Amino acid sequence: MNLNLFVWRQKGPAEPGKLEEIKATDVTPDMSFLEMLDEVNERLVHESKDPIAFDHDCREGICGTCSQVINGVPHGPREKTTTCQLHMRNFKDGDSIYIEPWRAKAFPIVKDLIVDRSALDRIIQAGGYISAHTGGTPDVNATLIPKPYADLAMDAAECIGCGACVAACPNGSAMLFTAAKVSQFAYLPQGKPEAARRVCLMTEAMVQEGFGNCSNHYECEAACPKGIKVSFIAKLNRELMKARFKK
Amino acid sequence: MDYNLESNVRGLFVLGEANFSDHGANRLGASALMQGLADGYFVIPYTIGNYLAQVKPESITADHGAFAEARENVNAMTKKLLGINGRKTPREFHRELGTIMWEHVGMARSDASLKRALELIPVLRDEFWQNVRVVGTDADLNQELERAGRVADFLDFAELLATDALHRKESCGGHFRVEYQLPGGEARRDDDNYSYVGAWGYQGVGKVPTLYKEPLVFENIHLGIRSYK
Repeated sequence: MNLNLFVWRQKGPAEPGKLEEIKATDVTPDMSFLEMLDEVNERLVHESKDPIAFDHDCREGICGTCSQVINGVPHGPREKTTTCQLHMRNFKDGDSIYIEPWRAKAFPIVKDLIVDRSALDRIIQAGGYISAHTGGTPDVNATLIPKPYADLAMDAAECIGCGACVAACPNGSAMLFTAAKVSQFAYLPQGKPEAARRVCLMTEAMVQEGFGNCSNHYECEAACPKGIKVSFIAKLNRELMKARFKK
Repeated sequence: MDYNLESNVRGLFVLGEANFSDHGANRLGASALMQGLADGYFVIPYTIGNYLAQVKPESITADHGAFAEARENVNAMTKKLLGINGRKTPREFHRELGTIMWEHVGMARSDASLKRALELIPVLRDEFWQNVRVVGTDADLNQELERAGRVADFLDFAELLATDALHRKESCGGHFRVEYQLPGGEARRDDDNYSYVGAWGYQGVGKVPTLYKEPLVFENIHLGIRSYK
């Protein structure tokens, strides 16, 4: 396959950026999207041009590092699929593909398709942990957790922190991310003692980092490679409300 | 490294896959994962707390001689890599090295294959340092420069891997020397000569590394041969 790529090129955070047309030739359907870019980069290096800078790490859909908006959709056209797990068989010969970085006020561009997502780390640092010593492995059924809550905590914990929810949101909101990280603890007994403090600190950090608020567009759920549900945002709001009344 | 998982560098703890002390060579996926779980759950939460309780953060500066030396080395290496401007990309060298390792230093390796690898690797390394093309500059994020640095390391490490495999004239774990096998095709260990853990000391590019040995002593449970049949 031969493709016309339109790739966001930006030398640095303060430099102006623009879409640049780059040809991708001899692409096979079995290549992953990142392998296709690897091959394009090899050609650019041979032509003494600057290769496209992009983030990647595990390339098996679990690390959350790859971050590309493909044809306007974070992680591209396939549902519940990270960019690295997207294969070129989802495209046709002659297609034009627009590749852009995550765009959000809280994610400054480092170079080309790479953005600085440390704002998400700082939300976690604000309270996304349990400080109590949880002790050794407890006896089975010593702490009873209803199955629906255990399932919800697991669903929330699926979040890989990639930031696609932020990139998809018209408000640049990190509510889905924060909701997942708050909920994975809030449903479990170990997370209860610090629940109020945690939700207050994490939402505060979220606002301070410059993320917007949720106004129910549901774009985040549609873009999330792990299918995190917006109902967790309702859980986040509920937890925050409870915490406020406690104060 | 001691029972607290602390290495002989004070404050440097070694866990999981990098911790080889409990059962010899760790194998990816099996014992290495278990080791990660065991170290992470049962050892380090207790021992690192003990260490942290004894130390206080000090203010450190960039004036230390070791820091200046490291910075100089990195700058020199960066300048060298960017200045070669050859014809082959770091990824092409990586692939070629991968092919050499796949063909000659795989899980089943022989005296002849390892000697062949030790001929090919230095040739490829020489070519790398004369013919690699690293585009871009050292003034901003440069992923090609990062890749070239890694491939440069891989070239040295590949040679060491082959050297070690050639030195160990027995079959053991993930190291299967085809010359050393039992009639049924099982690995034939040589506990009389190789019952030790070894660490190689780097002596410089192309120089023979120095072997440091620490004998494995089994007081209660003695070495035996496991049969999967």
